[in-house]
Amino acid sequence: MQEFVEFTLGGVSDGVIYAAIGLSLVLIWRATRVLNYAQGGLAMFTSYIALMVINATGNYWLGFVVALAAGLVIGGVVERVVIRPAAGKPHLNTVIVTIGLLILVEGLAGIIYGSKNRSFPTPYSIVGAKIGSFDLGEGASPSAIFTAVAVLAAAGLLAVLFRYTPVGLRMRASAFSGTVAQLMGVRVGRITTLGWALAGLIGALAGMLVTPQTFLYPNSMDSIFVLGFTAAVIGGLDSPGGAIVGGLILGVLLNYVTGYVGSNLPELAGLALLILVLMFRPSGLFASTATRQV
Amino acid sequence: MNSGSPGAGEHTGAVDDSLDVRGITVHFGGLVALDDVSLSAAARQVTGIIGPNGAGKTTLLNVLCGFVRPQAGTIAFGGRQLSRMRPHRLARLGIARTLQGIGLFSGLTVVENVMVGATSRSRAGFWSGLLGLPRSDHDERRLRDDAMRALELVGVGEHAEAMPDTLAHGLRKRVALARALVARPRLLLLDEPASGLSDSELADLGDLMTSLAEQCTVVVIEHRMDLMMSVCQQIFVLDFGKVIAAGTPEQIQADPAVTAAYLGSDVVTSDGTEQDAAAADGASGNAARAAGQHEEASQ
Repeated sequence: MQEFVEFTLGGVSDGVIYAAIGLSLVLIWRATRVLNYAQGGLAMFTSYIALMVINATGNYWLGFVVALAAGLVIGGVVERVVIRPAAGKPHLNTVIVTIGLLILVEGLAGIIYGSKNRSFPTPYSIVGAKIGSFDLGEGASPSAIFTAVAVLAAAGLLAVLFRYTPVGLRMRASAFSGTVAQLMGVRVGRITTLGWALAGLIGALAGMLVTPQTFLYPNSMDSIFVLGFTAAVIGGLDSPGGAIVGGLILGVLLNYVTGYVGSNLPELAGLALLILVLMFRPSGLFASTATRQV
Repeated sequence: MNSGSPGAGEHTGAVDDSLDVRGITVHFGGLVALDDVSLSAAARQVTGIIGPNGAGKTTLLNVLCGFVRPQAGTIAFGGRQLSRMRPHRLARLGIARTLQGIGLFSGLTVVENVMVGATSRSRAGFWSGLLGLPRSDHDERRLRDDAMRALELVGVGEHAEAMPDTLAHGLRKRVALARALVARPRLLLLDEPASGLSDSELADLGDLMTSLAEQCTVVVIEHRMDLMMSVCQQIFVLDFGKVIAAGTPEQIQADPAVTAAYLGSDVVTSDGTEQDAAAADGASGNAARAAGQHEEASQ
């Protein structure tokens, strides 16, 4: 029983990270129908920026805010500078562009910061909570709770933005048909940039939250990216809520695999799940009839 | 549908809101879609554009709303040059358009679809909307109120919270019309508003178009000759990308060149009555519509 609770809470704690990466991929997918392979790499880069700020000032929260702001700006700039020129060209072009971008940021991080593993601070303790003698595990640590609250708050704010503001309405309309939205006076170009900027912010948040566990090095986000992509695919790539649920399912499932089967298996299990979903439910576990063009 | 104001806006119905199209030429590769087309649409009138399938009618609307850039020619509306403006700029100038294929956003409710149409008038800035500042919140409510009024004007108020895909064709067409009206357009471009409508819906549509023309300049493309003859004050006939005739409905009906071009050589009638012409058009309408969908899909 204790193990089960520990694995489940640990799974939720991991899952919100995958959810955050998945959410950022969904935002980009909805804005431009592009899968951004560099999303993890950009989150790695903003984490380096945060670490520099934290080391220089000794203030974790300043680093946190700078990382999110950097994510917002970098996301928007990437859309304007490298993604937009590829718009309207064959789909493979943007795929290559984002892979190239990933190689670029990982190379840059190596040149600027070196390739050694750096430890990354957490704002709260990672010691798991106990109820009497019942150990809830690291998934119930203050740090893990902060992680979950931060991701769910970000997702909640996005939901409010989408649902209750004119800008959110324009974002949703543009996601369904950019051409028609343009006809209605929506500046679709701006909306697209905004989608990428918000995705950059959410990605930076995920980087800040996961890096204490992975250490920081130029490839530190690679496997997290794959799991975040899996979360988004489970949710159907089009649905922000689906990405959150997909992330939680994936996190819990992988923790059971690690705990009950073997600690070497979770990444393999994640990839296997990705393949299974793509084979049998390519539009996600929650989609009704939507078809996706890849 | 009841007639009434689509919203007494700041800029509705200015008397000089006439559309002036001069020498528009559009090539698609080697194909000449529009060849030196000139026409004008007077303010507070319904101007019709008719012509056989493939004559270039939808291309002309695409030029007017900024989707297609002409190789030559000028467009002026209310004395202002529109050539080379991007679609969202044109929308902000009060040019609204409905699409042949309806083009509702499938994942948004009916009222949200119409709210997007009002977005060109929304004052909420980018950042205030993003940060959820009070003005934006106020804006959201105003957008929703405006959208509801437009939906009620075209008689689909009770479907406001439905998803568009669950509505019948005729109702979806009305939603699309409400989405164009909510922008309080100065120039309203209607692309086959009557396709797929029943006869009673057609009569309602005619009344609505007439009442809309009291507020703004209306340009309509339509295959239903009965509607066009009863609603339009001025009709232009396109054939193979050229204007072959212009005039009042009576003049158009009396023009033998129009009858020959529009009905084709296989439907020449011995007595040439109006009845025959309308019936023949109805028969060719389906094929034309199917082809029209192609034209739109390629946009």
